[in-house]
Amino acid sequence: MRSALSGFSLHRARSLTDALRVLRSAPDTVPIAGCTDVYVALEFGNPPSTRYLDLSPLAPLRWITLRDGVLSIGALATYTSLIRSRLVRQRLPMLVAAAREVGGAQIQNRGTIGGNIANASPAGDTLPVLAAADAVVVLRNVDGERRVPFNAFYTGYRASVRKSDELVVAVEVPPVEGKQWFRKVGTRAAQAISKVVMAGVRSAAPRIALGSVAATVVRLPRTEAALAAGAPIAEAERVLAGEIAPIDDLRSTAEYRSAVAVNLLRSFWAETS
Amino acid sequence: MRFTLNGAEVDVAAHPMKRLLDVLREECALTGTKEGCGEGECGACTVVVDGAPVVSCLVPFAQVEGSEVTTIEGLGGDHPLQHAFMREVGAQCGICTPGMIMAALALGPKPSLARVRQALAGNLCRCTGYEAIFRALRGAKGVRRTDRRRG
Repeated sequence: MRSALSGFSLHRARSLTDALRVLRSAPDTVPIAGCTDVYVALEFGNPPSTRYLDLSPLAPLRWITLRDGVLSIGALATYTSLIRSRLVRQRLPMLVAAAREVGGAQIQNRGTIGGNIANASPAGDTLPVLAAADAVVVLRNVDGERRVPFNAFYTGYRASVRKSDELVVAVEVPPVEGKQWFRKVGTRAAQAISKVVMAGVRSAAPRIALGSVAATVVRLPRTEAALAAGAPIAEAERVLAGEIAPIDDLRSTAEYRSAVAVNLLRSFWAETS
Repeated sequence: MRFTLNGAEVDVAAHPMKRLLDVLREECALTGTKEGCGEGECGACTVVVDGAPVVSCLVPFAQVEGSEVTTIEGLGGDHPLQHAFMREVGAQCGICTPGMIMAALALGPKPSLARVRQALAGNLCRCTGYEAIFRALRGAKGVRRTDRRRG
C-alpha cells in the first residue's frame, strides 16, 4: 500500500475505559474497527492520522439488545450481524435491507454500523435508515455519555458533533410505526457506492430520508408534510424535486440524482400502499 | 504475534498495521492469496478468518491475533472446489480464483443460484463472465432441485 507504516502506531483497546483514555490523551487518534474505509484511505496514501486505536477487542460493543422497547445496536455490530439479528429483522427490516446492499459478503463481515455513522459520508448506506427511524447516537468519553438525535448528528460534509475524545458506542432506535422501505441505486447491485439511497416509513406521518443528494444524509420535511396532508404523489414529487439540491460529482450528475430521487419516492409510495 | 494459519500455530513478527495480505505473502511466504485492487473492491485477496470470508487487503495484521486464518494453501490442492474449478474451466488468468474459492467456502450444500451469486458478489472476474465459476461451484456443492427444473 502507498502509506508508509513505519510512522504509524496502533493501540489495541484493552477495555472501553482504556480506549476513552487514549482518545482523551491523544485527540488525533483515529478509532478503527472493520477498517473498510480507513484501509482504503491508507491504500491511496491519504492516512487520516499516524495514531490508530483498534476497537475490535471490545466485545460488548458488538451487542444488539432490546431495552424498554428501544433497539440498541452496539457500534461494532457488523453488517452481517445486523442481517442475522432476529431483533433487527423484526423491528428494523429496512436496516437489514441496507446492510445487504453494502459491498459484498467480505465487507459485510467486517464493516460496522458505528464506522458507517462516524465516517460521516453522505453516501453511507445505513444512514438514511437511521434518519428515517429517528435514531439516537450514543457518544461516550471519559466523563460520561450523551445522546444526540441522529438527525442532529451531522454538521456538514464528513463532519459531525462528535468530539475528538468521544466514541460512537451505540445507536438506539425507538419503535418505528408503519411500513418500512429501503432502496439503493448504484452502478451495479453489489460493491458499488450509491448514487442515490432512500429510506422511508409509511404511516400517518410519513418519514423520508435520502443519501448522496447533499453534503449529509437528509430528511425531507416538506415532502413529508405534503404526503401527511394527503397531497397526491405527483404533487409530493414536485415538492421533493424542489427540496433537494444534489451535485455533479465523480459518481453521478445532479440531474440524474434528482430524477432518481423522484422515481424512488414514487416507488416508495406505490410499494407501501 | 500468535495466530493459527492453515491449522498450524504460528508466531509471526510484523508491523501491527501491516495488511494481512502482505503478511501472508511476505512473512509467511504464502503467495496463493492475490492482490487485485488493494481497496476491498475485487475480492482477489479473500481469506477466511474465524470462519468468515474477509478481504485481507483491509485487515490490519494485529486484528488476527489469536484467530484462525485459512488461505487457499490451507485447502491442500485436492479440495472438491479446486477440482470443480479445473473441471469447469472456472478460470482463465487465475488471479481471482483463490479469492473465489475462499469466498465460496462459506456456502452451504446445494445453494440456490441466487445464493451463489450473493456469496460471490464481492469477487470480480474479468475473464470468464462468471458462468463457468457458478457451474463449478454448483458442481461441487450440489444443485438445488427447484433450480434444476428451471434449467
